[in-house]
Amino acid sequence: MKFLEENGFSFQDINVASDKTAREEMIRKSNQITVPVIEIDGGIIVGFNEAQLKSKLGI
Amino acid sequence: MYDVIIIGAGPSGMTAAVYTARKKLNTLLISEDVGGQTNWTNSIENYMGYQFIEGPELIEKFETQVKQFPIDLKIGDKVTSISLLDRGFEIHTESGRTYQGKAAIIASGKRPRPLNVPGEEEFRGKGISYCSICDAPLFEGMNVAVVGGGNSALEAADDLIKIADQVYLVSLTPLTGDQVLIDRIEKARNLSVFIEHETLSIAGDDFVSSITIKNVKNDEVQEIEVKGVFVEIGLIPNSDLAKGIVPFNRLGEIEVSCNGETDVPGLFAAGDVTSTPEKQIIIAAGEGAKAALQAYHYLQRLG
Repeated sequence: MKFLEENGFSFQDINVASDKTAREEMIRKSNQITVPVIEIDGGIIVGFNEAQLKSKLGI
Repeated sequence: MYDVIIIGAGPSGMTAAVYTARKKLNTLLISEDVGGQTNWTNSIENYMGYQFIEGPELIEKFETQVKQFPIDLKIGDKVTSISLLDRGFEIHTESGRTYQGKAAIIASGKRPRPLNVPGEEEFRGKGISYCSICDAPLFEGMNVAVVGGGNSALEAADDLIKIADQVYLVSLTPLTGDQVLIDRIEKARNLSVFIEHETLSIAGDDFVSSITIKNVKNDEVQEIEVKGVFVEIGLIPNSDLAKGIVPFNRLGEIEVSCNGETDVPGLFAAGDVTSTPEKQIIIAAGEGAKAALQAYHYLQRLG
């Protein structure tokens, strides 16, 4: 989150530990049962991978 | 060419970087992630100066301090090997990049030990987790297994009995964790403990659906339906990058002197990846500082 904030991107932070519907959606979309998962324009990144994030965001 | 390359941005590597930067050494800090194992530590009550702090918060403070200095930070790339040059070192990364330094400090830490059973690779992240602190809430109302008998396994079981439906604790040995933890979890009605049971395999379709275990006393095999398997059987050092370059101990940790020196002049190591006894954040940080100062002295002698 800090990374996205620092780079001036807006985002929605969803707590899948407390939100069951969101959790199911995350598992369906990512095909993984692990956090964090980041969705950018329909693309899914599992885990915090700065290199992958940068390339998706074009920075 | 950098004066010093620091591999790993956990407590040890970040402390080393602050020390080398304060000595005006041209420093590269390269790491897969920031924080390493400390990111998965819930509460820290023994890092001096803080009576209580969460792992990620402590790491954020470390990172802020690192960023006060002109340190070249490369995060998101993994160092795979080191080669020795006539005067210095060249490191190679997963993304194919190379960097050169006159001195280097390996502070690459440890990672969870895998089970090495069929199904483990296939279902990694698909029901198999090595981080109960991160993933436990995702298994609300499901049946899960925890593999291991030490403190981290007991802590995982303790977290999961409050979240999951049934929890199966599978340990190859009698439980070796703290008695207070054993007492606490043994009261739980939704916990079944299988001691002296070996994990044979993990199976499923898209996600984990069962774990197969064997009683090592009578060879009885049983398959238990679970959607999650938490592997908590200890840690192994991330020392592969230095294989063949410096000696390891029998645990695969890099052998270091009390100065943080390896067998190769100019190549230092610090923190959990080393043979230094006791793996603690405060010790890793201190060892990082020591290795950084030794690297500084080494470079001064080099002239």
